[in-house]
Amino acid sequence: MESILKLLEDNATLTPEQLAVMCGKETGDIKKLIESYEKEGVIVGYKTLIDWDKTKRECVSAFIEIKITPQRDRGFDHVAEKIYNYPEVQSLYLMSGGFDLCVLIEGKTMKEVAYFVAQKLATIDEVVSTATHFVLRKYKDKGVIYGPQEIDERGNCN
Amino acid sequence: MFDYSSVLSRTVVELKKSGIRKFFDLLDGRKDVVGLTVGQPDFVTPWHIREAGIQSLEKGKTYYTSNAGMPELRAEICNYLERRFSLRYKPDEAVVTVGGSEAIDLAIRAVIEPGDEVIIPTPSFVCYEPMVRLCGGVPVTVKTTVENRFKLTPNELRAAITPKTKMLVLPYPNNPTGAILTKEELEGLAEVLRGTNILILSDEIYAEMTYGRAHVSIAAIEDMWERTIITSGFSKSYAMTGWRMGYLVAPKPLAEQMLKIHQYAIMCAPTTSQFAAIEALKNGDEDIAMMVGEYDRRRRYIYRGFLDIGIDVFEPEGAFYIYPEVEKFGLSAEEFCQRLLDEYKCAIVPGTAFGEGGESFARVSYAYSIKHIEEALNRIESFVKTLK
Ligand SMILES: Cc1ncc(COP(=O)(O)O)c(C=O)c1O
Repeated sequence: MESILKLLEDNATLTPEQLAVMCGKETGDIKKLIESYEKEGVIVGYKTLIDWDKTKRECVSAFIEIKITPQRDRGFDHVAEKIYNYPEVQSLYLMSGGFDLCVLIEGKTMKEVAYFVAQKLATIDEVVSTATHFVLRKYKDKGVIYGPQEIDERGNCN
Repeated sequence: MFDYSSVLSRTVVELKKSGIRKFFDLLDGRKDVVGLTVGQPDFVTPWHIREAGIQSLEKGKTYYTSNAGMPELRAEICNYLERRFSLRYKPDEAVVTVGGSEAIDLAIRAVIEPGDEVIIPTPSFVCYEPMVRLCGGVPVTVKTTVENRFKLTPNELRAAITPKTKMLVLPYPNNPTGAILTKEELEGLAEVLRGTNILILSDEIYAEMTYGRAHVSIAAIEDMWERTIITSGFSKSYAMTGWRMGYLVAPKPLAEQMLKIHQYAIMCAPTTSQFAAIEALKNGDEDIAMMVGEYDRRRRYIYRGFLDIGIDVFEPEGAFYIYPEVEKFGLSAEEFCQRLLDEYKCAIVPGTAFGEGGESFARVSYAYSIKHIEEALNRIESFVKTLK
């Protein structure tokens, strides 16, 4: 039932009733399935994609490249945990290539983000260096294009 | 004042304005309407296909191609038809056209002379009948019924055949009803046609959009290949309506005559679109699977939606239309659709737009997002409640 996951990944607002009809299954079965995915941690959460630039809310985000010296026995996980526990951290990835961790930070202003990096990230013992890249514009996120609202321009002709 | 009526072709003036056009004119410029009227995909042409068109422009490929279309494209059409439907055609039996529409026009014009009869099952797509009339032919419509799930039956076919019958139009998977014909049902029709001189125009533009079972072409049925012209295109299966790309395949003695008309009337199909079409055929199978999967989910959703509202409807098996029956509400299809539009700002097309047999039905397209479909169903439900 991978297809249910795919459908929910694209649109979390689909109800079990709708999913059941769309896939030709029973609502009860879909509910059970979703519950088990949630229990197993396959489904980790549900969120809404918001283009904050279209609102009055001030919001900046930045990707931060971090180089670290991994600790014996604990690898990267221990440092990662220290970092991801900050609520400012939206995403955290362990990377291959020229640096080790990639952090996505969100804040109200550039200053706030810069301050967070300097005060909270750079000061962690294992962190060797950081490089901050501010996001100037979000074009696409999670497969969704952030542009002007689409209008249905299809002609009625057949 | 110039007297236009004295110069215009009588046949053209007498062509009826299509019923669907009349209805669509009512919708023009209205933004407050939630419609399920559009007969084209809501997907954008997959990017790799658009890119192939763009690249051809960047490389300056802005010439005419050969009349029949680029050899590579015709070869890919043949590969595709073999891969998907086990049909055997050679590239010189294929003509690349401006949409399936032109292919239908060529097929009819190459064959029909004044007085020739063409059997057209209805309800069906709006273009066959006027095209036949333009050639002086006589459309013989056969009203298919909801009892037979809008499939043409061997008996109905047999009853419509006269010594003047030259062609049978086989419009399956069907716009507007969503009906398809299975291999067994095609065998039944083939049995009636075997031994006659009747050609088949098989409009298979929705061939990729069948649900639960694969499309079978009449040309794959014994003895039918030699009498069949298949018309198809890229509009529906690859979401390429605006590219105007279609094709026909037929035995060479037919194809070369149709090519002559195409050569004089069109020269060649748009070159940019031909490059995009090659990419579609080479690398587009997954796109089709993705889109058809989505149509299938919407199909189940809207089918259940109508049943839940208490509207009679049969489960469509092809294309992206569903064809509910509105008779029990005591309104004609036209009244039903008009009032739904006026009172609940929801648009669906009266079945009468698709020929005889549509008087108590409406065509509903599900080439829309689930959310949009849900909103439209809600409006239909509110309207229907006022009628009970
Ligand atoms: C049954 C049928 N045939 C042919 C066509 C023609 O499509 P196109 O000219 O875009 O290929 C359509 C379009 O709606 C159709 O519904």
